[in-house]
Amino acid sequence: MSGFDGNGRRKVLGAVAAATKNEAQIGLANATPPVASRRRMLRAGVGAAGVTLIPGLGHVGWVYAADKAPIGTWPAGSQGSTVYIGAAVPLTGTYAVQGEDELKGWQLAVEHINTSHELMKKLAPKVDKGVLGKKVELVSADSAAKPNQGVQAQQTFINQKKVILMTGSTSSAVAVALNKFAQREKILYMPGISGSNDTTGKDCVRYGFRQGFYGEMAANAIGPILVKNFGKNRKAAFMTPDYTYGHTTTKSVNDYLTEKAGWTMVTNQVSPLGTQDFSQYLTNIANSGADFLINVNWGRDAVLSTQQAKQFGLIPKMTLVIPYQIPFLAKEVGPDLTAGVFAATDFWWTLEDRFPLAKLFVESFRKKYGYRPEWGAENAYVSFAHWARMVTEAGSFYPPDVIRQFEKGETIPSLLGDVHYRPQDHQCVRPVVIVRGKAKKDMKNNEDFWEVLELVAGETVIQAPDAFGCKLGEDA
Amino acid sequence: MINWANFISQCFNGLVLGALLALISSGLTIIYGTLGVLNLAHGAMFMLGGYAGWVAWSHTGSFVVAVIAGSLFVMVVGVVTERLIIRYFYSRPPEDQLLVTFGLGIVFVEAVRFFFGSLSQRMPPPEALVGITPLGFMVYPTYRLALLGIIAVALLVLYFVLYRTRIGMIVRAGIEDAVMVDSLGINVYRVFMLVFGIGAMAAGFAGIVNAPVVSIAPDVGDAILVQTFVVVVIGGVGSFTGAVLGGLIAGEIISITSMFDPAYSYVMLFVAMTLVLVLRPHGLLGTAGRE
Repeated sequence: MSGFDGNGRRKVLGAVAAATKNEAQIGLANATPPVASRRRMLRAGVGAAGVTLIPGLGHVGWVYAADKAPIGTWPAGSQGSTVYIGAAVPLTGTYAVQGEDELKGWQLAVEHINTSHELMKKLAPKVDKGVLGKKVELVSADSAAKPNQGVQAQQTFINQKKVILMTGSTSSAVAVALNKFAQREKILYMPGISGSNDTTGKDCVRYGFRQGFYGEMAANAIGPILVKNFGKNRKAAFMTPDYTYGHTTTKSVNDYLTEKAGWTMVTNQVSPLGTQDFSQYLTNIANSGADFLINVNWGRDAVLSTQQAKQFGLIPKMTLVIPYQIPFLAKEVGPDLTAGVFAATDFWWTLEDRFPLAKLFVESFRKKYGYRPEWGAENAYVSFAHWARMVTEAGSFYPPDVIRQFEKGETIPSLLGDVHYRPQDHQCVRPVVIVRGKAKKDMKNNEDFWEVLELVAGETVIQAPDAFGCKLGEDA
Repeated sequence: MINWANFISQCFNGLVLGALLALISSGLTIIYGTLGVLNLAHGAMFMLGGYAGWVAWSHTGSFVVAVIAGSLFVMVVGVVTERLIIRYFYSRPPEDQLLVTFGLGIVFVEAVRFFFGSLSQRMPPPEALVGITPLGFMVYPTYRLALLGIIAVALLVLYFVLYRTRIGMIVRAGIEDAVMVDSLGINVYRVFMLVFGIGAMAAGFAGIVNAPVVSIAPDVGDAILVQTFVVVVIGGVGSFTGAVLGGLIAGEIISITSMFDPAYSYVMLFVAMTLVLVLRPHGLLGTAGRE
């Protein structure tokens, strides 16, 4: 195989690179074209030789391992007894409440990985008190939902801890920035909550994988419910946060409702992240003649805009719809405001009645943190479990190996049944949960805010992999 | 949505927002006019007022106690800060003053975050002011209507203090020429301390009366600080009436622009500021030489 010519050259480069850290980076830069060409060779080889290469991995794999040029934080990041994961999560600002919940989900996942917890073993069977013999440790910093702050935090983690996986977002603006950063640094990235179509759409990257649902899936899942319950040709006012999540989600929901049911968007009130006073926006909506208030705002923006919509008399005059559910919204605004409201979400704890793994998760989360987890924590936990599964199945921390494991698109378990990652855009095809707010009198406990109406299969609501212009880029 | 009903509604919104901006800006402008210190911690003082009031409210349940506690607490913070830190910066270059007040702002915000966390806190309006009032052209939250009255009273009190009392006369004289006031035998530094306290109190008072409208969080003052600077520039540095006029203009610009497209609200605000700077560099009611 002529591919080994490139390997030979890289060996020399590798030896030179070992001298200093800076030179290693130069060596890596120089080595990139041969890596890419070997990648193509390998693919052709796998295509042609098929099974012969993979069962022979014990031997061939060893040869490759000795051959691989350093990439990103590999192998330095996985040479000690502990591997580090960096989380840049909003602990201040508009998304602080949700960030806090996500962080707990990641912390629990790491604890479960290191202790071979029953639930983790079900999601990632080869986890054995850590991954590949290493303990996992989570380091976290506040991103304040700001892209530059998120990237800075991760850069620090790379410098200080040589993190082998990055996570955190909550704002898709951060997710998109970290996607690009991950691709540049060649370090795997799994966003936390990220509702923008772009994260695995036009801003997708080879190094990024998203577990959670997003605007388009939410729109296609909640759309039919709205049409069924409220009929055709209705007038809707949208409230949209002014960044990638807001714009793509509003577009997806509006496209569905206008194309499938002849609804009209009478106004779209776009507000900056962190708006405190929504009076101007709500006044415009009050004068728009809308029947429906579709609130795409998120985090504290959603809490304030919903509360103020009531203060301005818009609720209950208009019917509130939450296309992309916000953890703790119902708790913060109270069931009076969310009763009867339709929402799409990733997870709701009462699904524990239907899914044993969900029950295990809710129980162990509640035991540790004293409340039932919302979907930020669920998404965080499952993301890490899937990562641990891929690493242990691949038997390697080498990022291209882990990427290839994800890209096999194998059916794997989640808390809500089987899911898979699409190789074309690295999006997890997973169910979307449709819920409706319960009235206070119907709540069985103080966290029983939503009633699960339907579990919509991921395949039926996800767009074609190339519909949003995803081009993954190179893996090495 | 560009119709008369919406226009009138937005003008009304602008009035409420403008009144709030006027109150906060008046504090900023008298501090700068008298002491020559641009107080970048003013937004943090607005936030402190909200928290101090909220703490008082959660212990007593009384809105009135909350307002008094919030205002007085920030006034004390203002006086103490002036005595311990700011006064050493009067004769230092403006950049030092900017740095020290900016730093103080960070300290206040992070201290609050340390004690109360990042989560927003809510303080409901007093019982009597909960609900909706129909105005004919729109329905309006009753508390926001009341807020308009509360702020108008506060501004009138400030006006009375500044224009109808001896101490107010000294403060205004200090704004015009602090050296002259000093040489007339008036302890100008005591006046400075008082002015810093009153200016801070205006921000603190605004912070607590605004708390039921939005919610309070450690970063609530950040956005408001930028807006109040714009207001002071439009109205004229050191001019109390300028701050009131600038506040109302800013409120109306933000609200009326948002009728067309909210995304341009702040663009238009800065356009207005730029126009004022070009046409009247000292602001609408400012006077040359007050720096």
